[in-house]
Amino acid sequence: MTQAFRIENSGLINRDKKLSFKFNGKTYFGYEGDTLASALLANGVHLVGRSFKYHRPRGFFGAGVDEPYAVVQLYRNGETEPNIKATEQELFEGLEAKSVNCWPSVNFDIGAINNFLRIFLPAGFYYKTFMWPKSFWYQIYEPFIRKAAGLGVASIKHDKERYEHKYEYCDLLIAGSGPSGLASAYAAAKNGAKVILAEDKPRFGGSLLSSDVNIGNQSGKDWAEGIIAELKTMPNVVVKNRSQIFGYYDHNMLVMSEKVSDHLPTTKKYHPNKRLWYIRAKEVLISSGSIERPIVFGNNDTPGVMLSSAAKEYLKVYGVLVGRKPLVFTNNDSGYETAIEFKKHGVDPVVLDSRKNPESEIIDEAKNLGINIKNSYVVVAAQGYKKVKSADIASISEDKKQLGKIEYIQCDCICVSGFWTPTIHLASQSGNKTKFKEEIDAFVPGQSKQNEITLGAANGIFSLEETLKTSFTAGSELSKKITENDNKIAIPNVVEKKSSQHDKFWCVPLPKGKNYKRFLDFQNDVAVSDIEIALREGYRSIEHVKRYTTLGMATDQGKTSNLNGLQLVSEIENKVVPAVGHTTFRPPYTPVSIGAIVGREVGKHSKPTRKSPMHSWHEKNNAVFVDAGVWLRPRYYKRGNENLFEASKREAKNVRTNVGVCDVTTLGKIDIKGPDAAELLNRVYTNAWLKLPVGKARYGLMLREDGIVMDDGTTTRISENHYHMTTTTAQAANVLSHLEYYLQLVWPELNVNVVSTTEQWAGAAIAGPKSRDLLQKLFPNSDVSNEGLPFMGYMEQDLFGAKARIFRISFSGELAYEVNVESDYGNFMWEKIMEVGEEFNIQPYGTEALSTLRIEMGHVAGSELDGRTIPFDNALEGLVSKKKDFIGKRSLERSAFIAEDRQRIVGVVPLDKQTSIPEGSHLVKDDKAPLPNPKLGHISASCWSVEYDNPFSLAILKDGKNMIGQKLFAMSPLKNKVIPVEIVSSHYVDPKGERVRS
Amino acid sequence: MLYINCPHCGMRSQNEFSYGGDASVKRPELNKEVSDQEWDNFVYNRKSLRGKHLELWQHISGCRQWIKVERDTATHEIFRTFKADEEVA
Repeated sequence: MTQAFRIENSGLINRDKKLSFKFNGKTYFGYEGDTLASALLANGVHLVGRSFKYHRPRGFFGAGVDEPYAVVQLYRNGETEPNIKATEQELFEGLEAKSVNCWPSVNFDIGAINNFLRIFLPAGFYYKTFMWPKSFWYQIYEPFIRKAAGLGVASIKHDKERYEHKYEYCDLLIAGSGPSGLASAYAAAKNGAKVILAEDKPRFGGSLLSSDVNIGNQSGKDWAEGIIAELKTMPNVVVKNRSQIFGYYDHNMLVMSEKVSDHLPTTKKYHPNKRLWYIRAKEVLISSGSIERPIVFGNNDTPGVMLSSAAKEYLKVYGVLVGRKPLVFTNNDSGYETAIEFKKHGVDPVVLDSRKNPESEIIDEAKNLGINIKNSYVVVAAQGYKKVKSADIASISEDKKQLGKIEYIQCDCICVSGFWTPTIHLASQSGNKTKFKEEIDAFVPGQSKQNEITLGAANGIFSLEETLKTSFTAGSELSKKITENDNKIAIPNVVEKKSSQHDKFWCVPLPKGKNYKRFLDFQNDVAVSDIEIALREGYRSIEHVKRYTTLGMATDQGKTSNLNGLQLVSEIENKVVPAVGHTTFRPPYTPVSIGAIVGREVGKHSKPTRKSPMHSWHEKNNAVFVDAGVWLRPRYYKRGNENLFEASKREAKNVRTNVGVCDVTTLGKIDIKGPDAAELLNRVYTNAWLKLPVGKARYGLMLREDGIVMDDGTTTRISENHYHMTTTTAQAANVLSHLEYYLQLVWPELNVNVVSTTEQWAGAAIAGPKSRDLLQKLFPNSDVSNEGLPFMGYMEQDLFGAKARIFRISFSGELAYEVNVESDYGNFMWEKIMEVGEEFNIQPYGTEALSTLRIEMGHVAGSELDGRTIPFDNALEGLVSKKKDFIGKRSLERSAFIAEDRQRIVGVVPLDKQTSIPEGSHLVKDDKAPLPNPKLGHISASCWSVEYDNPFSLAILKDGKNMIGQKLFAMSPLKNKVIPVEIVSSHYVDPKGERVRS
Repeated sequence: MLYINCPHCGMRSQNEFSYGGDASVKRPELNKEVSDQEWDNFVYNRKSLRGKHLELWQHISGCRQWIKVERDTATHEIFRTFKADEEVA
């Protein structure tokens, strides 16, 4: 294919670098510097997709972020991405893209039948039609709608690309590099302020790239290039192209998405695909420019109808003619600028101006060039299906109500200009109270809420001279406040053509007997008639009209449609536009890749991984790991072909018969020091702490103020004013914050310091009948007898040269000890324990065996202390002091907490002594009772008792105290199981606790 | 994301802090008779104000100090911040 619509002597593309690309399977050529849109237009391709609802043919409407039509599916580097605007996607060698929302092809689309059914598909169609019968929604309606609608498909593969997040702070953040952005950035940079200038397009300069102006005796484009080149050399300035600031959040935090690699065939090694910038700015200057708005007329969605500014941009930036017989339809002078560019490049346009007798320098120039201008003329309807072939035009009366006789005019494109809409999204997101500016028929920013100012066209200033003057001033004033420098900059003189007042006209009336669709929202297929229906049906609030009709709710967020929609509502409602108000602008301004939002936090990077100092030993010894919060803990150590069940049973049994060792480094540890430490513990724990002697440990239970158990653990008195507290692995951080809360805010008079020492100590639990023998060999010079180191005793000893803390505490219910050494000696300790323990048949055990051991002993853990239970529920009411006050005590008097039939922990054994009971099963009296079957309790933890060789579970059961011996059913609809069970004591093994004291 | 002036560390982003609720709630003294209503007010009942609100934050990834922040719950504007033991006038 030749690039038949590419012209010589125009455009900023690199003609030395030809690129091939594929669209819908067909190969085309373009140039470096093209967008996919400009390259397709250069090849005469105007049909790119089908519309969302009626599947009408769709072409190109804009040339940038405002594009409502040309959304494609992109294939790059083995990946696919939907929702890509062809007007934004830069061309690269080998690019592949496909049309979306059409089947089997964009040329022949079966869904287009909707176009003929459209009288049955008005606004609110979905709400009205798919209501009955209810069951049809999931089976029939939704799958059908999902298939019929949609703008592309998401890849189901893992995304190989990398995305980064970056945090940045600056004095001035400037959004947009048009004339106002450049001027303010330059002035601020000269004052030494730290400036970030962001531009969403690849090229800096904004409107200067395609407008015919002079700044400081250079063309606007050359001036822009000079400024950018200078800014790039300044160390206090960051200029970023391909970077869209899409969200304005609290306290001047803005988020920007930088496309690092999208313009390249593949992402460079070590480069991200996109980078998300979180920028905290002292001052924000919004120089986001304006977007041309269309005039509404019949069939205004036909491919070939586009914004006049887009046609000019394709010509000036890309050297592409969007047509050879252009019709320009305008209500202001901007259409003339496009017509003049056409004429200069050898194409004869016809200009229809809705105004009667406009006069300006621009119009004079057009007249002098001999352009055919028809005043008080409008386009009534575009004709042609997949491409504009002609237009029905007519004269229009001064009140814009009456059309003259319809005439026909041949044309291959219609360039439409309905004046300009300032891009106020960022200002509005920041909380700025926008106001309606009569002269330009549009909203502009009003009272700022945060440190933000809007400049140039985004503020409704369309004169370049005024824009530059105000922007230089703003940049220099704002930076002066911060840096206290005041470098005066001479404002360059500007040569621009003055334009005349636009016509307050936005919608062409229907001619008699014609029922053309006149579209407002081109992406969601919302026509004038849909808004009329919504208003007729009683929708009044613009927010409701928007949702009922879906006006402005497509991926382009109504950038070209919102204002015309407001005009229509205000006209029908006979209100002024500001009385109707606009819908809320919410971030993101333009679609942002999910990958960019997620950043590096995927897979294993989604949370930190904490490992104990003994991790590498576990790895070498076939440990299978489990995530315990952010920790990785050995679940079991695999031998041969063992599975989880076999291995954990072996490990648990070895603890009950010989000795086992478990890595308990993950337990939270808090060092508590100070003369009031005992008093703090006495207030935090439910039991008494004032009389704990030095060298002794005690089990403690802490509550929240609402009486619910928060955590449990042992705390040891190391010396007079020094305690070592342990918490559960999961609650470690919360307990520390809890203590800090009371010490800093509630009882600041207590002289106590707390600090986390979780990472400072490595811990090994040595458990089993032979653990004392092992301990004796580890500490040959110490008296570790039952008298020398009794249950809940503590001593500090030397472990082959390493300082060790020995606690005689037990979670497994066996005779057991916990040995702590400084983390760096953790591995040394572990290896010594294994080496010395060999003669006692020591085996390491993981969390699964640990669970088994604690469950059959009836020791509670996280599955019982689940944020819903009080001490009584866990059979721990014995630990609740009646004499002293403590956190949460008063709540324990609540009537539900002292109810006679209060829930309580019990043991559960299946009657067949074979079937394991799934955790989470409900306990019910009658397995045949109709639903909802009253739930008496739930299974909190299950294991295979190694002591009795049958399944055993713990449950929290209503009136559990009086239920021992009862027969119930454990039901798990998830696992489809109904198991007859017997309720037994939760202390299944060693109910008197003799072993730990032996 | 809020920008909070920690009275100990200076301006820091919200993601270094964790929220701690209404700072005006005062825990009843230990060992004091408290009516059900008083206790419920302390544990559960909050005004959930729209507007100026004195609240607690902990600089959890910083100095670990609990601080008081005077913030507008509707606009998110932060007026003043205080150390834990500072009286709020």
